[in-house]
Amino acid sequence: MTSAPVTETPARPAFARDARVVLSTRHPARWAMAAVVLLVVAGGITQVIGNERFQWDVVGDYLFAQPILQGVARTLMLTAAAMAIGVGLGVVIAVLRLSPNPILSSAAWTYSWFFRGTPLLVQLLFWYFLAALYPTIGFGGASWSANELISPLTAALLGLGLNEAAYMSEIVRSGILSVPPGQAEAASAVGMRRSQVMRRVVLPQAMRVIIPPTGNETIGMLKHTALVLVIGYTELMTTASNIYSRTYQTIPLLIVAALWYLAISAVLSVGQYFIERHFGRGFSHHRVSRRASRAARKGEAVA
Amino acid sequence: MSAVADGSQEPMFQAWDVHKSFGHVEVLKGIDMSVARGEVVCLLGPSGSGKSTFLRCINHLEKFDRGEMWVGGDRVGYRPHGDKLKELNEREVAVRRSGIGMVFQGFNLFAHRTALENVMEGPMVVRREKRSIVERRARALLDRVGLADRVDNYPSQLSGGQQQRVAIARALAMQPDLMLFDEPTSALDPELVGDVLAVMRQLADDGMTMIVVTHELGFAREVADRVYFMDGGVVVESGPPAEVLERPREARTQAFLSKVLA
Ligand SMILES: Nc1ncnc2c1ncn2[C@@H]1O[C@H](COP(=O)(O)OP(=O)(O)O)[C@@H](O)[C@H]1O
Ligand SMILES: [Mg+2]
Repeated sequence: MTSAPVTETPARPAFARDARVVLSTRHPARWAMAAVVLLVVAGGITQVIGNERFQWDVVGDYLFAQPILQGVARTLMLTAAAMAIGVGLGVVIAVLRLSPNPILSSAAWTYSWFFRGTPLLVQLLFWYFLAALYPTIGFGGASWSANELISPLTAALLGLGLNEAAYMSEIVRSGILSVPPGQAEAASAVGMRRSQVMRRVVLPQAMRVIIPPTGNETIGMLKHTALVLVIGYTELMTTASNIYSRTYQTIPLLIVAALWYLAISAVLSVGQYFIERHFGRGFSHHRVSRRASRAARKGEAVA
Repeated sequence: MSAVADGSQEPMFQAWDVHKSFGHVEVLKGIDMSVARGEVVCLLGPSGSGKSTFLRCINHLEKFDRGEMWVGGDRVGYRPHGDKLKELNEREVAVRRSGIGMVFQGFNLFAHRTALENVMEGPMVVRREKRSIVERRARALLDRVGLADRVDNYPSQLSGGQQQRVAIARALAMQPDLMLFDEPTSALDPELVGDVLAVMRQLADDGMTMIVVTHELGFAREVADRVYFMDGGVVVESGPPAEVLERPREARTQAFLSKVLA
C-alpha cells in the first residue's frame, strides 16, 4: 500500500469571534399545557379521595383481606397457566401453519379462525357445559364422567388457554417470518435438523418480535380471567362480586379489584422490559456484549 | 498437506449429467464435473446461468431431477440399501451436510450470537462436542481468519468482510472435507474483498478442496487449479485458468470475460 500523500489543510477563514449570547428555544405553550394537565389531575384526585361515597375505609378493610388475597393468587395462577397453554400450543400451531403440508397448514388456519371468531364468553360456557353434550369422556380404554372432569377450573383453563393459543399462533408466526431465511439455510448447511434450526436459530430471534405483543396478551389475559365469573371459578373478580352481592358495598370492592389488577399489570410491564432486553441481544448497534465492553474498558485485546 | 498424500485416487466430488428444473424452466441441463482432493475449482458465468443452483444441489439445499453426484464416495441424496439405493431421510441429509462447508453471498451469520458463538454453534448442536474443546477450536479458527480481537462482537458490530470471515470460520468448525463458496465477495465493499480472498487463498494453500463461484478473475487465475465456465445451465468450457481465462475457445466465454474485465 502506498502512503497517503500529505494534503495541506486549507487555512481556516479568520472570522471575528462571535461574542453574542446564545438563547435556547423556549416552549411556553408546552408548559401551559402541562400546567393544565397537572390541575386537572390534582382536581380529579381530590374529587375522588374527598368523595365519601367511594367508602375508602371499606377499600382499606378489604384490600388485604384473606378471601381477596386468595382470589389474587388464583387470578395469578389462572393467568400463568392459561398463558402457558396459549404460548405452548400457539408455537405448535404457528409451526403447523408454516408447514409445506397443505392439510397441516389449513388445520392450523381453521383452529385460529374458529377460536378467534367466537366470543371468549361463549367458549368458556361451552367448555363448562360440555358434560351436557358428552356425559362421558373416553380416551383409549379408560373413560371418565364429564361432570367430574370438567370442573370450573378445567373449563376456565381450556376456555382461556385454547382461545389464547389462537392469538399467540398469529404472533409467533409473524415472529418466525421476521427472521431472515438465509440464517435458517445457513443453519441447515451446518447440519442442523429442522427442529434444531427452529429451536436454536429461528425461535430465539423471533422472540424479539414475539415478546412485546405477548406482554400485551398477558396483561389482556390478566383481565380476561375475570370472565370466569360466569362459570363460577372464584378468582379475584368472582371473590369481589361474591362479597358485594352479600354486603352491597359494590363500588369499594370494585376499587379493590381494580387496584390489584393495576398493581399486577405494573409488575408484568416491568418484567416485559427485562425480557425484551434479553432477547434484543445482537440487535442494538450500541450495546456491545458485556465481555467485549469490559475488555475494551481495560484496553486489552480479548484473546 | 498434499492433495494426493492419502493415496486416494477417487475424486472428492463428481457430477454426471445433472439436470434440474424449477417448474417448466430447466436451469441445469446436464452438468459434468470432477474435483480431486485438495483441488480448487472456480465456477464462472453470467448471472442466472445456474451456478448457485448447482452448488445448492451438492449440499442438498435443492433436489436435482436427473444425473448423479458423489461427494467423497457418498452418492448425494441416497445411501446404499442392500443392492439398491435408498433416498436419505432428514436426519441423514443433515449428517451429509455437516461434512460440507458452505459460505453464502449474504454471510447469513446468526444475528443473536457473537462471532465466537456463531463458530461454536455447529459443533455443539450438531456433533454434541464438549464446549471446552469446541471453544478452543473456534478461537483458533477466528484467529486464523484474523478476528482474534472480535470474538465477542455480534454480527451487527462487524463489517461485511469481517462477517464473511466469521462465516468461513463457522463452516470450517465442522471440519468439512469440501468447502462451497457462492460469490463470497460479491456483497462486499471493494476495500474489504482482499481480506476475504486472502483467507480463502490460505485455505487453498492448506489443501482444502474448494468449489468457488466467483467473479474475481484474479483469484481464479492465481488460486484455482481449474475453472469451469457456465452459461444457460451447461458447462461451456473448462480447463486450467491459464487456458480458459487467457485463451478462451468459446465465443460465449470470450464475451463474458470481456464484459467482466471491462
Ligand atoms: N427457487 C427458485 N425457484 C424458481 N426459479 C429459481 C429458483 N432459484 C433459481 N431460480 C432460477 O434459476 C436460474 C438459475 O439461478 P441461479 O442458480 O441462482 O443462477 P446464478 O447463481 O448462476 O446466478 C435463474 O433463472 C433463476 O431465476
Ligand atoms: Mg448465484
